[in-house]
Amino acid sequence: MANLEGLYQEIILDHAKARHGDAPLEGADAEHHEFNPTCGDEITLRVKLDGAHERIDAVAWQGDGCSISMASASVLTDLVAGRPVDEALGLAEEFRTMLRSKGEGVPDEELLGDAIAFHGVSKYVMRIKCAMLSWVALEAAVAKAR
Amino acid sequence: MIPTDTEHVGARTIRDIRRDFPAFAASGDARPTAYLDSAATAQRPTAVLDAERDYLEHDLAAVHRGASAATGRSTSRFEEARADLARFVGARDDREIVWAQNATDALNMVALGIADASVGIGGADAARFALDAGDEIVLTEAEHHANLLPWQRVAQRTGARLVPVKVDEHGCWSLDDLVSVLTPRTRVVAFAEISNVTGLIVPVADVVAAVRARAPRALVVLDACQSVPHRPVDFAGYGVDFAAFSGHKMLGPNGIGVLYGRAELLDALPPARTGGSTITRVTFDTAEFLPAPQRFEAGTQPVSQAIGLAAAARYLEAMGMDAVAAHEDAFAARVLEGVAAIPGVRIVGPQPGRARAGLVSVAVDGVHAHDVGQFLDDAGLVVRVGHHCAQPLHRALGITATTRASAHVYTTAEEADRFVAALGEVRGFFGLGTGAA
Repeated sequence: MANLEGLYQEIILDHAKARHGDAPLEGADAEHHEFNPTCGDEITLRVKLDGAHERIDAVAWQGDGCSISMASASVLTDLVAGRPVDEALGLAEEFRTMLRSKGEGVPDEELLGDAIAFHGVSKYVMRIKCAMLSWVALEAAVAKAR
Repeated sequence: MIPTDTEHVGARTIRDIRRDFPAFAASGDARPTAYLDSAATAQRPTAVLDAERDYLEHDLAAVHRGASAATGRSTSRFEEARADLARFVGARDDREIVWAQNATDALNMVALGIADASVGIGGADAARFALDAGDEIVLTEAEHHANLLPWQRVAQRTGARLVPVKVDEHGCWSLDDLVSVLTPRTRVVAFAEISNVTGLIVPVADVVAAVRARAPRALVVLDACQSVPHRPVDFAGYGVDFAAFSGHKMLGPNGIGVLYGRAELLDALPPARTGGSTITRVTFDTAEFLPAPQRFEAGTQPVSQAIGLAAAARYLEAMGMDAVAAHEDAFAARVLEGVAAIPGVRIVGPQPGRARAGLVSVAVDGVHAHDVGQFLDDAGLVVRVGHHCAQPLHRALGITATTRASAHVYTTAEEADRFVAALGEVRGFFGLGTGAA
């Protein structure tokens, strides 16, 4: 549905208000700063991996931006903390594919979990970057940490 | 008595004026989109579209080159357009109007000319523009990036220093604020007559007088982007040295704007772009340039756009710029009154009693401007959200972005009310209290 409620799902509004992972991270292996110059949204995301660099032991972020970007970072935190790195990166790719779908297709709810709430964003081309901001930061931070 | 309200521009009703604009006539929607982003780009009346088409259908030919009668006709129309713009902004001489792509381009022409003069280009005539290390370029914190970044480049090239005129908590500055930073080393003072974010109207003639008294070597450069389309201006009367504005904000075409300069200065300023049609005599390693305006108009010019822009100026003249300003003032007053009653919404810009143009920027507590913009878009309102190319100003205000509603001759009271009503629903939609924040 291409209306405002389709874009701003309850899950998104809830996460935008009560943000998970919005904190510094002691002992982080790497951090990455992403900035969207068109709207000023920004995020610094930090990751801590296990000794073998195979699992994300902890993730946290600090940022400022619209409800879509902040909620997306919050959902990201819930989804990737404690996950194998490869699974988390696969999830980021699946999330990107969903956002580029222009509302078509049926996203994999089992894989995406709460992130499926951002399916409506795919119909708003100006907001895709907002939703991707933290995920792009995650990809870059993990690459640095490995 | 000329009505000065939201329903009229001079003697004409808004309903009548809207018929001049195909963008509004075409809509068959029961609830058409309210276009409240004219400060970014204004809609164009049929008179502008027809003027461009008429030229293209009947008189299209090269200008200022060749010897055919067709070239003569085309050149005449091109130069008549220049005369229309000279009259519209109060230039003393048509030569003081130089075509540019837009205001950004015009401001770059001045800045780059100064940078060139600073390394000796333009010879003795241009020496008056040359800056040395330690000279000062005074800009306000409220400037659009178009009137900031070109000066950063000049500073980098010459060693001159950028000196800010600080803004207050509302994003405004005063003549006293400016005077306090002027010194004999001040060589450029650049500012917008009307801020594209706050709507603050600056008394330009007073600023010029203060600059002349305290910094006699300074050039005064005016960003007139938000003033020329909306209010009467008088560049020669102001006494500014240079001024810049864009066509597409004043009901005219894209790709055309104007650099105004006092003739004696334009004749000495090195042209930022060089090429065909700008010269008197060229040898393999030297070139001598024509007087203004031709020295700045290198290469094929945007002729139909210039003719369209002249049609826009005549369209506005016929309405009367005092009447246009009065209409937009009424729009701003209506929006300000409505928004002031909404809890949790902060109005940026001049407080009651200070001169303000027909645009209103707001910040909604707890809701990012892009979310506000999305909500208003869904409500059928076209507004601008973001930093409006004025990041230093927003930083000074302590906010990332604002939401701006702006008017032009076709804007209705109903549109102002719809903006206020939708804004009043934003915090509720995003789950925030609608009581005082």
